[in-house]
Amino acid sequence: MTADPRGPAAVAAAFGRARAEGRAALVAYLTAGYPDPATSRACLAAAAAGGADVIEVGLPFSDPIMDGPVIQAANQAVLDAGVRLDEQLAIARDGLAGAGVPGVAMTYTTVADTRGWTRFADDCAAAGLDGAILPDLPVPEAGPWRAAAGARDLATVFLAASVSTDARLDDIVAASVGWVYAVGLLGVTGVDAVDDAATRILVDRIRARTSTPVAVGIGVRDAGDAARVAGYADGVIVGSALLRAAADGDPAGAAGRVERLVADLRRGVAGG
Amino acid sequence: MSAGTADADVRPGYFGPFGGRFVPEALSGALDQLEAAWEAAASDPAFLTELDTLRRQYGGRPTPLYRAGRLSEEAGLEVWLKREDLAHTGSHKLNNVVGQALLARRMGKPRVIAETGAGQHGVATATAAALLGLSCTVYMGAEDCRRQRLNVVRMQLLGATVVPVESGTRTLKDAINEAMRDWVTNVADTHYLIGSAMGPHPFPTLVRELQRVISTEMRAQFAAQAGGLPDAVVACVGGGSNAIGAFADWIPEPAVRLVGVEAAGEGVATGRTAATVSSGREAVLHGSRSLVLVDDEGQVRPAHSVSAGLDYPGVGPEHAWLATSGRAEYVAATDTEALHGFRRTCELEGIIPALEPAHAVGWLLRHGRDHLGEGARAVLNLSGRGDKDVDEVVRVAGWDVGVDRAFRGGEA
Repeated sequence: MTADPRGPAAVAAAFGRARAEGRAALVAYLTAGYPDPATSRACLAAAAAGGADVIEVGLPFSDPIMDGPVIQAANQAVLDAGVRLDEQLAIARDGLAGAGVPGVAMTYTTVADTRGWTRFADDCAAAGLDGAILPDLPVPEAGPWRAAAGARDLATVFLAASVSTDARLDDIVAASVGWVYAVGLLGVTGVDAVDDAATRILVDRIRARTSTPVAVGIGVRDAGDAARVAGYADGVIVGSALLRAAADGDPAGAAGRVERLVADLRRGVAGG
Repeated sequence: MSAGTADADVRPGYFGPFGGRFVPEALSGALDQLEAAWEAAASDPAFLTELDTLRRQYGGRPTPLYRAGRLSEEAGLEVWLKREDLAHTGSHKLNNVVGQALLARRMGKPRVIAETGAGQHGVATATAAALLGLSCTVYMGAEDCRRQRLNVVRMQLLGATVVPVESGTRTLKDAINEAMRDWVTNVADTHYLIGSAMGPHPFPTLVRELQRVISTEMRAQFAAQAGGLPDAVVACVGGGSNAIGAFADWIPEPAVRLVGVEAAGEGVATGRTAATVSSGREAVLHGSRSLVLVDDEGQVRPAHSVSAGLDYPGVGPEHAWLATSGRAEYVAATDTEALHGFRRTCELEGIIPALEPAHAVGWLLRHGRDHLGEGARAVLNLSGRGDKDVDEVVRVAGWDVGVDRAFRGGEA
């Protein structure tokens, strides 16, 4: 890899490459430290090897209200194993080292805010991460985070929902650096399937406001879902399905299972 | 000291640095809608008349203010009890619930969901849902279902679906997480009827305004029955709904000391505690910034209390502000002190209190005279009755009150 871009430029380049290939970008979510630190590092590398364009690294929180049972259990398992934030960030750094794809932290406000917005931004940057997503931090509360992230040249991805008003969408696209995260349904991760009709309208409303890529997450379960969503969005985000694959059997085989599923999803986002 | 409310309005939805709206985007519309609905309802005479009529004719308000002579003698104080235990459903919770259920109907939402710890808020919500013909689901930690079986059956009889929550610590905080997840999923037709003075804006303000009736009645009753102002108003604090209602009208009255009694559990210093103001730090939990029991990485620490209703690692943001601004003081009573308060209220006054306000009684008996001065006039908000707690209290305390003798040879 020669002089890879960092931060928002790296994310933009990843979406740009996918667009140049005539497909949607694949964003893969994995929880740092799950099912154990070594396997987690291998799974992150495997997701990149399997063809993910961007990787979301989940930093566990004890009370993840946007997450369904799969990601909840993964978060709790990592915390129960005593894997703390610095080790989670080190797993992200090592797992993605040399992978050539941007990594973005995904965690909750309480974790980032307790570390301190500036220090959290510093720590993400030091771990080689290119940005962060905080699903319970809406734009009106995000001033200190945006300032800290901007100073470290980190992407700040905000969530938009079908129920967001036009005025809120204006604020969300203005604050989003990297991509805009359109939620594929009203609900939590890993339970129901994408509501295509409502999500398509949401993606169109966002696109009318910005040239920043729009990626759809929550409710994308398999290559078929990914192919359908790729028909109307710039990116497709998959999380719970990958954690299920990682946990479904012997840890030694986890990276292989993740790589195969990512490759399958990658065929999905390219049109099946 | 009236700064407590004046400064609180600097940023909408904030009390000093505490409060705000830290929620997934999917809930933004519902919170805006709720704020607008409350604003309109609060100035709508028809709404206010309906609320007031229900409170009086259905809910049993006003609740009495009672001078507790024998407790006074034991405490070395003049103790007055605001008898929220006599309100319909057995606690102060219905004050808030009826108001929010009317708002749900006004917003055209046919379904309400609620979290509950000890079951008092769940029972109140199930009650209001039956009254107004709303569908109702209550999330309750599996451990709390066990501790408060009576209230589970009450909710079920009232037509609610009770969902035992098996995740996390299987107590109140996990029930709130599950209710939030339900709300994110079903926000179009569902109102999350939050029972405590916590959560994202506008809930802390809405719950305070609906519970304000406690201090409004208390103030008039005290003036009529005792004369003048009390020296102190004392209330237990979990999330803080009964306390904020008991404090609300007194906040601009600096002569009246406001004392919140948290659950110390096994002791604030042991770490097995629910005393958030004493041992929490500033953090975001369940949609607002407040004082929270979190570790140095922001992971929420399990709260511990003998009382399922106080077993919560956060506290309402206005309480955090009242504490840090100095307008109110927050103290803590241990499990042992609460059990003592429970027992003495039974024996001296013929009132079986809920375990939650038993913390306030226990603190008053143990520390009230030193803290408030001999003979001080204190109003204690007796926020609920203790039927739900009797089996658990006798079991935990290990008291030989004769249960075994009464049931010898029987099914027990």
